[in-house]
Amino acid sequence: MTQRAVTDRNFGELPAAETKPTVSPNRGRLVVVAAPYLWLASFFLLPFLIVFKISLSVPELAMPPYSPQFTTQHGWQGMTEFLGALTLENYWRLYEDPLYVASYLSSVRIAAISTFITLLLGYPIAYAMARAPKPWQPVLMIGVVLPFFSSLLIRIYAWIGILKPEGLLNHFLAWLGLIDRTNPIDIFNSETAVIIGIVYSYLPFMILPLYATLEKIDISLLEAAQDLGCTPTGVFWRITFPLSMPGVIAGSLLVFIPAIGEYVIPDLLGGSETLMIGKQLVNEFYVNRDWPAASAVAVVLLIVLVVPIACYQKILERRLAQPQ
Amino acid sequence: MSMRSKWFGLTSLTLGFAFLYIPIVLLIVYSFNESRLVTVWGGWSIKWYGKLYGDEQLRQAAWITLRLGILSATVASVLGTMAALTLVRHGRFRGRLLFSSMIFAPIVMPEVITGLSLLLLFVAINTDRGFLTLTLAHVTFTMCFVTVTVQARILSFDRSIEEAAMDLGCPPWKTFFLITLPLIMPAIVAGWLLAFTLSIDDLVISTFTSGPGSTTLPLRIYSAVKLGVSPEINAVCTILIGVVAVGTIGAALWQKTRRTTD
Repeated sequence: MTQRAVTDRNFGELPAAETKPTVSPNRGRLVVVAAPYLWLASFFLLPFLIVFKISLSVPELAMPPYSPQFTTQHGWQGMTEFLGALTLENYWRLYEDPLYVASYLSSVRIAAISTFITLLLGYPIAYAMARAPKPWQPVLMIGVVLPFFSSLLIRIYAWIGILKPEGLLNHFLAWLGLIDRTNPIDIFNSETAVIIGIVYSYLPFMILPLYATLEKIDISLLEAAQDLGCTPTGVFWRITFPLSMPGVIAGSLLVFIPAIGEYVIPDLLGGSETLMIGKQLVNEFYVNRDWPAASAVAVVLLIVLVVPIACYQKILERRLAQPQ
Repeated sequence: MSMRSKWFGLTSLTLGFAFLYIPIVLLIVYSFNESRLVTVWGGWSIKWYGKLYGDEQLRQAAWITLRLGILSATVASVLGTMAALTLVRHGRFRGRLLFSSMIFAPIVMPEVITGLSLLLLFVAINTDRGFLTLTLAHVTFTMCFVTVTVQARILSFDRSIEEAAMDLGCPPWKTFFLITLPLIMPAIVAGWLLAFTLSIDDLVISTFTSGPGSTTLPLRIYSAVKLGVSPEINAVCTILIGVVAVGTIGAALWQKTRRTTD
């Protein structure tokens, strides 16, 4: 208390603040830190540890379908037995089974292609938004965000009606006379349909960070370059694009990371031939009921994503650290 | 600005917005289709909406979804605001890196992983899946969105008002409720709405964490979609889109009027 009083006095005349001993703010502060901390530790961190543990277990025909179970009843000996029963076999199986390897590779490929197309489509939109008259910009922003707020499931469902062989796209093309009605283009249940679905669903994630960086670029820089004889194309590639790089990286990560683990889109648009790891994981869990294998798939997926997620977190923290 | 770049901007905006909105508009239009065939136009009709109203299961699913959304968004707003205050005001403390990782990771974490891990947790602690587990899961994946929204607001407002209150002898907890909370309220409301929409839209995490008596609307729609396209699904989707659109635009307008009155 005395030490506290001394340090408080340094701040000047604070008689009112000094008369009440300050216990509650510290306790209050502890609650503020502890409540979300404990929540996330129990419902975010702990579950991952459990997944990791189960990925080292053996499948069983019981409930829950894995062993060994972790119990504290048998003391130290039980602990060593438990550790001895853990196995890397599930990971070995993932590595040996060509289906898993192919699924991981095709997930990365589909996510990369989709991210690139999203960037190509999103950049001109974000650019035009940033150059639009100021009063229009918030309206355009809401326009871009609004579809993102309606459920992913609904947006993908809308595409089923369009892409089906007897769907609206083929009706439209036949009406234009571009295709024969008896010979429709069939991209439903294919990788192309999955890429269309991902691009459509994640486009707002690309546009928003791009817009945020493009909007901040000082126009006088561009004008200066043009006055000095730089062509419009040159201005774009030498000034605008490099300056928008943070937005390009943030947007690409925001599309790429969730796209790799996507489940709903390949399940509804991809058919049985499209391999994606998120679908594989759910299959392993619900169809084969092999929980240890599903857990191992999740752990490997997480390892694949650790680097991009860490990059994304760095960017987000840096952006939040500087006051607007 | 040159004429050419003006045309370029106009074209890319038109095409971009067409791409974003045409699928949704088609879905809405075909929910008013008289014909059962989803691609044949049979004239305007609202009969599919009438059919929906009579569907007891669907009404129940909608009710569960609504309760779940309100409850989990509210808990997520409280916890998410606490987390935002911690991140901005507490500087460095032991475990900060772990804390901020746990806050930001759920935003980009593939939903299958979050869902699977929560389910395995509930199995490990022997909890039957149902409304409770759904709520726990939804709070966990939505609170980070509240934190990010609120954090930006805490960073941007003038701290000297708080300091002035404290200098005049206002105890910290009172300062928080009288000064800080009203100032960050718009961000908390925005965060709540975001959490609410994410919760009522969620499919994957709910698949893993719901039980027999707690089927949400997206889960119902999903099982119907697996059977094929039908005008009833279009009608449900149209209603959901309407609710979300009114909510989002309302929130945006509300924030705008507040800003002008500030």
